[in-house]
Amino acid sequence: MKPDKLIEIDHVTFGYDASRPILNDVSLSFRRGQVTAILGGSGCGKTTLLRLIGGVHAANKGRVVFDGVPVNVRDKAQIYGIRRRLGMLFQFGALFTDLTVFDNVAFPLREMTDLPESLIRDITLLKLNAVGLRGAAGLRISEVSGGMARRIALARAIALDPELIMYDEPFAGLDLISMGVAAKLIRTLNDVTGATSLVVSHDVPECMAISDHIVLMAAGGRVVAQGTPSELMASMDPEVRQFVRGEPDGPVKFHYPAPELAADFGLRPEVRP
Amino acid sequence: MNIVVLLGARTLGLLRGWGHAAFFVLELLRAVPASLRRFGLVVTQIHAIGNRSLVIILASGLAVGFVLALQMYYALVAYGAAESLGLIVNLALVRELGPVVTALLFAGRAGTSLTAEIGLMKAGEQLAAMELMAIDPKVRVLAPRFLGGIIAMPILAVLFSAVGILGAYVVAVLLIGVDAGNFWSIMQSKVDIWRDVGNGVLKSVVFGLACTCVALYQGFETEATPEGVAYATTRTVVIASLWVLGMDFILTALMFSTP
Repeated sequence: MKPDKLIEIDHVTFGYDASRPILNDVSLSFRRGQVTAILGGSGCGKTTLLRLIGGVHAANKGRVVFDGVPVNVRDKAQIYGIRRRLGMLFQFGALFTDLTVFDNVAFPLREMTDLPESLIRDITLLKLNAVGLRGAAGLRISEVSGGMARRIALARAIALDPELIMYDEPFAGLDLISMGVAAKLIRTLNDVTGATSLVVSHDVPECMAISDHIVLMAAGGRVVAQGTPSELMASMDPEVRQFVRGEPDGPVKFHYPAPELAADFGLRPEVRP
Repeated sequence: MNIVVLLGARTLGLLRGWGHAAFFVLELLRAVPASLRRFGLVVTQIHAIGNRSLVIILASGLAVGFVLALQMYYALVAYGAAESLGLIVNLALVRELGPVVTALLFAGRAGTSLTAEIGLMKAGEQLAAMELMAIDPKVRVLAPRFLGGIIAMPILAVLFSAVGILGAYVVAVLLIGVDAGNFWSIMQSKVDIWRDVGNGVLKSVVFGLACTCVALYQGFETEATPEGVAYATTRTVVIASLWVLGMDFILTALMFSTP
């Protein structure tokens, strides 16, 4: 029997420079079949967490466990085995600009399988149909809008029916209609394919609407709170309340740490008016 | 003390950079067999790197042939040795100017294009996306370009030399009036296919390897910003050109040291 948790993050600390950790002793687990949103402000380590799960970086301390097996980034065969089981939607799509929409979605099928071209064509059109862009199959990437690019990238991410779909800022820079479409797609694809979804975002309403579980992270790579959307909405924790309500000042300061304003302008505090 | 520390840090940084580049080349070579199995990707790159460099290579070859014939004629006629013109032009082109000038032009045209392409793929997270699809970008993206560069360069160098000789023929025979039979026959009798033409081709293979490696490394290691890509393309031209000029001296000494 497969473990209930597809991914476990076990006391993970990570930083490109060991003296400045991006993730600080983070422990989390992600259950199969659920949509989990990882919320937090810019630079709190959300995307880094996805990269650690994908085996792009190794944790400085702690371990990442994928389906019961600790991820070892030095073991290329294991990492590539894990990556074949996941799909990732990058923040700006990361589409191949020299290929058409169709070829972008067909790319993983052509590279990773020995399927005949006729079958690849059918699967690709089905995936494009799932994101509503079957009619755009022949377009070049330079001809599609930002919202369409995100949906094409999503079709490419699900081309091989992955067990885990990771979304890096899927709502960033989208208009309200595109945002609604993207949110509905994430939930629907998760339910239809039975995949596990991790959504990294700072868009609270969309994530609250589609997620089963929410993790809130803050600067310094800390996990501030986690729970169901209703639990987080009801939380009295000042940091949670500030983020969920979008208040400009609170535990998360508006100003980046700096010397006194008067000192920066060469004025002594006592001569100020 | 500060100077010693600075010198030490610079030296260590330089050695680390060279080690990093050496590992990159080794990984690239390791990716070559997998890339050869999909030769269609290599053919696409030969077209992109070679075919699109043809205009600049052929135009330069022709211009160099014109000027070389003219200058050599002025020098040789003073000693009554104008009949040697065909031989001197040929040897200068196939041994030196063909491989070297083609490599310098290649670094400027195809090298910068490779660096910018790879750098922008990195900036646009296309390489990261491939990695996360369990597709090795070194096999899928870099190795076909590496092979394309190595195959395209000697072909371009041969074309440069051939067009250069034709240019020299036009100036020397058609415009100045040097005897055509003399122009061609001295080439035929004095130019050795292996020693002169073969070594020239071998040089261009080595230059192709160096220029393509430098271009791909700079693109792959570029800082993923517009400034980073701009800086990387500049470095490609400077470093690849210096490698070509430095290696040309060594190769010439090794290949043509005996009369």
